[in-house]
Amino acid sequence: MVTPLLDVRDLSIGFGSADAVVRDVSFQVMPGETLALVGESGSGKTITCRSVLRILPQAAQIRSGVINYSAGGKTCNLLTESRRTMRSIRGNQISMIFQEPMRSLSPLHRLGDQVGEVLRLHRDMRPGEAKKTVLDTFERVGFPDPTRVWRSYPFEMSGGMRQRAMIAMAMVAKPELLIADEPTTALDVTTQAQVLGLIKELQLETGMAVILVTHDLGVVANMAETVVVMNKGRVMERGPAPAVLGSPAHGYTKKLFAAAPMIPEVAAPARAETSDDLILDLRNVSKTYTMRAGGWRKPVTITACHEVNLSLQRGKTLAVVGESGSGKTTCARIALGAELPDPGGEVLFRPTKDADQVKINAMSQQERVHFQRQAQMVFQDPYSSLSPRMRVQQALTEPMEIHQLGTRAERRDKAAEMLRWVGLDASMLSRYPHAFSGGQRQRLSIARALTLDPVLLVCDEPTSALDVSVQEQILCLLEDIRDRVGLSYLFISHDLAVVARIADEVAVMRQGVIVEQAPPDTLFYNPRHPYTCALIAAQPEPDVNRPIDLGLVSQGAGKPSSWPEAFRFEGVAAPALTELEPGHKVRCHV
Amino acid sequence: MMFLRYAIYRFITMLLTLWVVSILIFVIINLPPGDYLSNQIAELRATGQAEGVAKAEFLRTEYALDRPIWEQYLIWVGMAPGPQGWYGLIQGNFGWSFEFDRPVSEVVGDALWLTVLVNLAAVLFVYMVALPLGVIAAAKSETWVDYTAAFVGYLGLATPNFLLALMLFYYGNKYFDLPIGGLMAPEFEGEPMSWEKVRSILVHLIVPTFVIGTSGAAAMMQRLRANMLDELSKPYVETAKAKGLGPSKLLAKYPLRMAFNPFVADIGNLLPAMVSGSVLVSVVLGLQTIGPSLLTALKSQDQFLAGFVLMFVALLTLIGTMISDLLLVLLDPRIRYGARGS
Repeated sequence: MVTPLLDVRDLSIGFGSADAVVRDVSFQVMPGETLALVGESGSGKTITCRSVLRILPQAAQIRSGVINYSAGGKTCNLLTESRRTMRSIRGNQISMIFQEPMRSLSPLHRLGDQVGEVLRLHRDMRPGEAKKTVLDTFERVGFPDPTRVWRSYPFEMSGGMRQRAMIAMAMVAKPELLIADEPTTALDVTTQAQVLGLIKELQLETGMAVILVTHDLGVVANMAETVVVMNKGRVMERGPAPAVLGSPAHGYTKKLFAAAPMIPEVAAPARAETSDDLILDLRNVSKTYTMRAGGWRKPVTITACHEVNLSLQRGKTLAVVGESGSGKTTCARIALGAELPDPGGEVLFRPTKDADQVKINAMSQQERVHFQRQAQMVFQDPYSSLSPRMRVQQALTEPMEIHQLGTRAERRDKAAEMLRWVGLDASMLSRYPHAFSGGQRQRLSIARALTLDPVLLVCDEPTSALDVSVQEQILCLLEDIRDRVGLSYLFISHDLAVVARIADEVAVMRQGVIVEQAPPDTLFYNPRHPYTCALIAAQPEPDVNRPIDLGLVSQGAGKPSSWPEAFRFEGVAAPALTELEPGHKVRCHV
Repeated sequence: MMFLRYAIYRFITMLLTLWVVSILIFVIINLPPGDYLSNQIAELRATGQAEGVAKAEFLRTEYALDRPIWEQYLIWVGMAPGPQGWYGLIQGNFGWSFEFDRPVSEVVGDALWLTVLVNLAAVLFVYMVALPLGVIAAAKSETWVDYTAAFVGYLGLATPNFLLALMLFYYGNKYFDLPIGGLMAPEFEGEPMSWEKVRSILVHLIVPTFVIGTSGAAAMMQRLRANMLDELSKPYVETAKAKGLGPSKLLAKYPLRMAFNPFVADIGNLLPAMVSGSVLVSVVLGLQTIGPSLLTALKSQDQFLAGFVLMFVALLTLIGTMISDLLLVLLDPRIRYGARGS
């Protein structure tokens, strides 16, 4: 029998005198194996993985348990080793990658210095030799120009590149075990696919074991051999990935699966009927920002979106999907009149079927006040979009106060009714937001948006800060409300799978341009544009038999000049958006 | 290369700022009606001392006080010919002090350098005390070390400087035989520099440095501690820990570097705050710094003396700000690259 590389037994960790946040957790990691710790926020998965390196918050106490680490024929308990020994293990035999590559690297030190530091600490290498090893590692993790990276600061790089640098830092000493704590959660899907691919490749090459902490079953299916499902500090289910993912035994695992958003497999799409009753119409909307440069330099212009045409039918949901920097949020802001489009573009809004159209980009003060009642927004982060110093009642009645609607009692009744609509209890009116969970807070902000009886709701990534099971509930709620009162949604998201269930029409944006637009069924059944194909392929599926096709991802996510002939272009000369079949527009040369 | 260009650019802007400041100073000094001489003439007339009036009238024309204010300004700065030709601040003539009836340069003389010396010593003291205490307080936050440091700090902030000065003088003299008052032993005054004189100055500097620097050090220590605490909870500290870096090296390399920016940016503010803040202390301690002369000059509308002292303080401030700006650019690549417009 092979000794496990890491053997965690009956680990319990708590804070102060409160109940333990990790309770009797046991699992083993074999050499060269990938183990996934899966769970939602608050499940204790992060605390568990950090206890291996003993980098816990100061207040955390390890209450019981053993973490045996065996390498080179020696076994030691990581929980009782001296600090000195721990330091010689950290970064050397066990290394770690963190969630936020933006903040996990020091902005003041060059990458070469930060990565090379590991070797200076743990290896007796001459500076030249160390530099060579670091440069080799940079090359290995996919940097085209390692010497430039050596001299670069983290803020000069994109998120994906920084995470590559983090991986290089973790890999440079060739550790036995790599702990990756949500390594791709902060990244775009296509970048995520490439980073996951890289970790896997490096693992094959060096034979290290990996503990992958994640909330995403799709990532698990693509990476792990063994799965440990955690909930509220306890292990719910543990076993080989195919077994756990194929036929989950525990109720909680089943629930996780049911909630995981998936891109549906569509047979032939049904033709959707179209009406010309448009509630919102963006015509030829472009937005360029001018960055004021210091000194004598010329100002730089940045195009956030370029010639965007979008129309939203009354009672439907239009989703704009894209990765960070694609201009989707700019579109939403322009649609709400929070920002003006460049001259030439216009935004038209028709509050009811027979009302006059309002030009959002040229409203009078009175029209604006009126428009603000009819169009509301749900924000991404429910933790920061509710004032922590306002009671729920205040937060919900404030919009009505501003617009001088109803009496005090009526406003209160309306707030209570809205709370019931979003599935909360009217008795919660007197509480403060901190008493609510993330999902409940998002319900609150939806309730707040509804208090003015709007006809249009702009949802800017309303579920991306939430756990999967909560995300599912919020999406249901949004659908429910839309159908109950005939709301129309402009839905902004980075996640095709989320959009798949709620949208009637999907526009895929890339760097400020819509590259493909169609009803979701058509889009998933027959995606044409390489970038859309990459987005769909990069979406991790919780199915071990459907791994991510990295080739497809890297082609679509690459430069436009590497796309197939029909879509290829150089510089900014993108081809026009062409209607290939009714309702399916693709940016290609015909 | 890039840095050199920035330094030159920064130097030029400093000169421009100094020029604007000189206008402001001159205008403000001349805001109250009358000037030193017209006050004096009125007084002489009232007491019937005619020969004095003649001399004062002579001085008025000699120093161009009878001309319009903008002309006075240009002559003062040295950008227009006055009664003695092109001879103003730019040419190295600091003007005439009516109060002391001597050239300003003579009145100020040594005091100028002693001011710089006392304040530099105080700034050094501030940094040398605040840096280790702030870092230790943050690293051992919410332990007795932290609490002690905070207690001492608040004590320093809350004790009036002159009181501290008197106490230190008394006990310093009683137990350590430290000298009381002055910046050097009386026998060295007006003597050329010698080792003995330097030694005497250093011994005399101990108490003033401590008095002027304490509150600044306390405030800066608290700020550094707060910055450090912010930085210590950042993910990159965890990354460094996961690399296997030892605690003290980790502290110095990562969070301290980050917490250093406000620390450096303070140099500019520290200098003027100390010069003006040390006026009272200088009076109490009998230091021959520039502070007391500024006080008299402002009271008696001795405009050239006041103008010169204010210009000097402004120059110190601007130099301090320039130094801190240049240091920041050297220390923080984000600022460096921001300036480059990338």
